[in-house]
Amino acid sequence: MTSTDAGAEGRVYNVGGQDWDEVVRAAQEAGDRSDHEHLIVNMGPQHPSTHGVLRLILTLDGETVTELRPVIGYLHTGIEKNMEFRTWTQGVTFCTRADYLSPIFNETAYCLAVEKLLGIEAEIPERASILRVLLMELNRIASHMTAIGTFGLELGATTVFLYAVREREKVLDLLELITGLRMNHAYVRPGGVSQDLPAGALGKIREFIGTVMPTQRRDLRSLLDNAPLFLARTKGVAFLDLAGCLSLGVTGPLLRGTGLPWDLRKSQPYCGYETYEFDVPTQDTCDAYGRYLIRIDEVDQSLRIIEQCADRLAAGSADDPVMIQDKKIGWPARLALGPDGLGNSPDHIAHIMGQSMEALIHHFKLVTEGFRVPPGQVYAAIESPRGELGCHAVSDGGTRPYRAHLRDPSFTNLQAVSAMAEGGFVADVIAAVASIDPVLGGVDR
Amino acid sequence: MTEENQENPPDEAALAGQERLREQVVRTGMFGTQTTGDTSGYGGLQVRHAPLPSSPRPFGSYFDEVTDALAARLTEDGSDFADAVERVIVERGELTLHVRREHLVGVCRTLRDEPSLAFELCGGVSGVHYPVDAGRELHAVYHLTSITHNRRLRVEVSVPDADPHIPSVVEVYPGCNWHERETWDFFGIVFDGHPGLTRIEMPDDWKGHPQRKDYPLGGIPVEYRGATVPPPDERRSYT
Repeated sequence: MTSTDAGAEGRVYNVGGQDWDEVVRAAQEAGDRSDHEHLIVNMGPQHPSTHGVLRLILTLDGETVTELRPVIGYLHTGIEKNMEFRTWTQGVTFCTRADYLSPIFNETAYCLAVEKLLGIEAEIPERASILRVLLMELNRIASHMTAIGTFGLELGATTVFLYAVREREKVLDLLELITGLRMNHAYVRPGGVSQDLPAGALGKIREFIGTVMPTQRRDLRSLLDNAPLFLARTKGVAFLDLAGCLSLGVTGPLLRGTGLPWDLRKSQPYCGYETYEFDVPTQDTCDAYGRYLIRIDEVDQSLRIIEQCADRLAAGSADDPVMIQDKKIGWPARLALGPDGLGNSPDHIAHIMGQSMEALIHHFKLVTEGFRVPPGQVYAAIESPRGELGCHAVSDGGTRPYRAHLRDPSFTNLQAVSAMAEGGFVADVIAAVASIDPVLGGVDR
Repeated sequence: MTEENQENPPDEAALAGQERLREQVVRTGMFGTQTTGDTSGYGGLQVRHAPLPSSPRPFGSYFDEVTDALAARLTEDGSDFADAVERVIVERGELTLHVRREHLVGVCRTLRDEPSLAFELCGGVSGVHYPVDAGRELHAVYHLTSITHNRRLRVEVSVPDADPHIPSVVEVYPGCNWHERETWDFFGIVFDGHPGLTRIEMPDDWKGHPQRKDYPLGGIPVEYRGATVPPPDERRSYT
């Protein structure tokens, strides 16, 4: 039950479940309680309310949190190191796995960095940029739905979670239809995207933004907006004002929750965001409820952008390129839909195997060796659902990234949990973590 | 790779190339082949380390304004721009200030507090390891953003591997706390004055700093249908 550890500052109680009475008795027996009023509780890393494998070490004085220390690193997979041993194109398959709830954003940030290094930003086909925006906004909806759903779940509202995940599932169906995979898409590639929309995808997208999403979103809002328990658990909870956000480097819905409309899509546009009509929702309450409202409103704005994307794609031709026309960079292989599913394009295979020796050599060189990127370093930042997602890419002139670093918003924002939760109740720690919406895959990479 | 100092006849052309020959060799050959004979004629090629780049004025965009404002404020505060900022590089539309480590905290504070600069947001620290860059192997790169002026700026500090100390900027940008811990964890750069410089991603008792170039990726060969695929860091590379 109790043990003595030479390194521990006080008496250590090992709680194994169903034994709280013993802990209380042992604590009372300890006698000198005046010195040991504080209880140190270890929460996580395996805990349903920590949003993943996050560990929080809480120092409690009764119900009040006096100190909170987050411990991370449980999901570190060495994505950045691995990318240094793959070609620039293969890097996409690694970085997409970092923040697994916003894979398209990871891919886009990385590809924008690679394109900046190559100096080919102006040569990216317009259809590829529209597809990137479309996919990003679909992904933003999926990510915000997960954020809101787990928010509800962690506060004890299971129905909210089921509603939100149901909607996310619709988005994932669309992503699967377009990219072939529900997550880890590797759809955005340096120079463009891997393939154009499949037949019938535009109709599905229109159905989603026209009928499916609005009704389901209404269900979700009617569950949450005026639920007294939800309001009581989120209003005025997890406060972080503008000065706190800026000093801690916090961006995204948390920063916009302080009233500052800082959205990189507006302030430093990329992928042609300056040509879309949308608003940047803000709140000035600096609390968890404001962040929830911002996420819900951002879903509406994403739907607006998706509608504009769908119009532009419909106006364009399916023959428009989705990959850069520079043959030294653009991926040569094409995918085509065969009777047994998506696979290598028979036309392309016939071309390289039967018609053109040069095309075969070219294909072989680009696929095995990859393209070379001029030496230098760049930083490309985009607005992910969680804030500024930056990619710092360094090239030494070779066919592999010399260094690729993802500045993940979850990593930076999670630092603020101590500032939000210290001095509050232990129950509000859950709301604070949930309102940050950290994704540990992105935090630990 | 050992440096070759061959006896050259003392003519003008050879003397002109002497400066470049003193630079370190960073790559030999052309196609990355190490084991078989390279018949391309490029087998003996030696690519030497490029001289440290530096951009001339005018830098273009808002970059001149930013560097001028920084220089003016540093002079006002009794510091010297040329002393603090080693080089300025403008490349691909981005501004990089190479700052000497002694001046890092001062420069960061000026960048944050001077109203005409107002770089309020620090996007964190990213380390880069250049083993061939003798005497300046470890780089720490800070990505700063000014929300007021909607500008970006990069501050880079380089230190030798033998003395990997950089002053911590946590007092100026508290958000760099975890980023500096990560850079210590992955690269072994010691941030002096950090409130608690411990490992953050790797376990506390981990040996080595994984993102350094001298740290192997690891992995085992994978057998598939009789053929063996070597681990990624032992596969043929083309750089």
